Amino acid sequence: MINTIPINYYIMLSTILFIIGAVGVMARRNAIIVFMCIELMLNAVNLLLVAFSTLHNDANGQVFVFFIMAVAAAEVAVGLAILSMIYRNIKSIDIDLLSKLKH
Amino acid sequence: MLGYTITQWLFGILSFLAIMFALMVVFTRNPVNSVLYLVLTFFCIAGHYLVLNAQFLAVVHIVVYAGAIMVLFLFVIMLMNLNEDTEPQKTLISKIIAGCIGGVLLVVLVGSLKGAEQLQLHQSGASQIGLVKNLGKVLFGEFLFPFEIASVLLLAAMVGAIMLGKKEIK
Repeated sequence: MINTIPINYYIMLSTILFIIGAVGVMARRNAIIVFMCIELMLNAVNLLLVAFSTLHNDANGQVFVFFIMAVAAAEVAVGLAILSMIYRNIKSIDIDLLSKLKH
Repeated sequence: MLGYTITQWLFGILSFLAIMFALMVVFTRNPVNSVLYLVLTFFCIAGHYLVLNAQFLAVVHIVVYAGAIMVLFLFVIMLMNLNEDTEPQKTLISKIIAGCIGGVLLVVLVGSLKGAEQLQLHQSGASQIGLVKNLGKVLFGEFLFPFEIASVLLLAAMVGAIMLGKKEIK
């Protein structure tokens, strides 16, 4: 059984997910939502890597996705720690208030 | 069914759901709902991995993202007691500008990728590269050094998170 989906469909899907993430980063002020939109952008890239890995029948792409997941986990842990510290100090995580980096 | 195979149906449904949930992440006002929609988006992406014959990554994706990272997000949001009332809103004009920039970015990316070669994804059921055995061989053979570096990175992140998270002792 061979099922075929053109790779262009995956490129389109990843592009759309990436754009949604980028718009979220620009349109929201809550720092945690901005973080989540960055995760969404990372996942769009992961999806495309897996699609090309399957296209070329090469496992390297999937290993790369594995590393991206490890880096994303580290990034989220440190980022959320920083956000909770900021919240403790200024009682807000509004990024417009944080733009001057002082309180 | 209408000339499409089951895989193509699955791709269409999962893509539609993923995009809808991703839009809901951005446009929902309550941060808790946003996190839950993001979890649903990740489940759809895991479904895509299954369609692409990457079974190991699908499971890891659910465990790491939906299981660990999203719970961390939810935990922090509930710790800060964020809800719809405390949600800061950008002005309408900056939202419109963000939408316009996103639209332009979409047009540029789609336009630049349109000329790409039309390649068909051949997914025979016999494809084995997504299984643990093959990925493990590649990971612990060719990518052994980056794997060790990743462990150091995770350790550093853990130490950093603890240092940042603890209360300052005066």
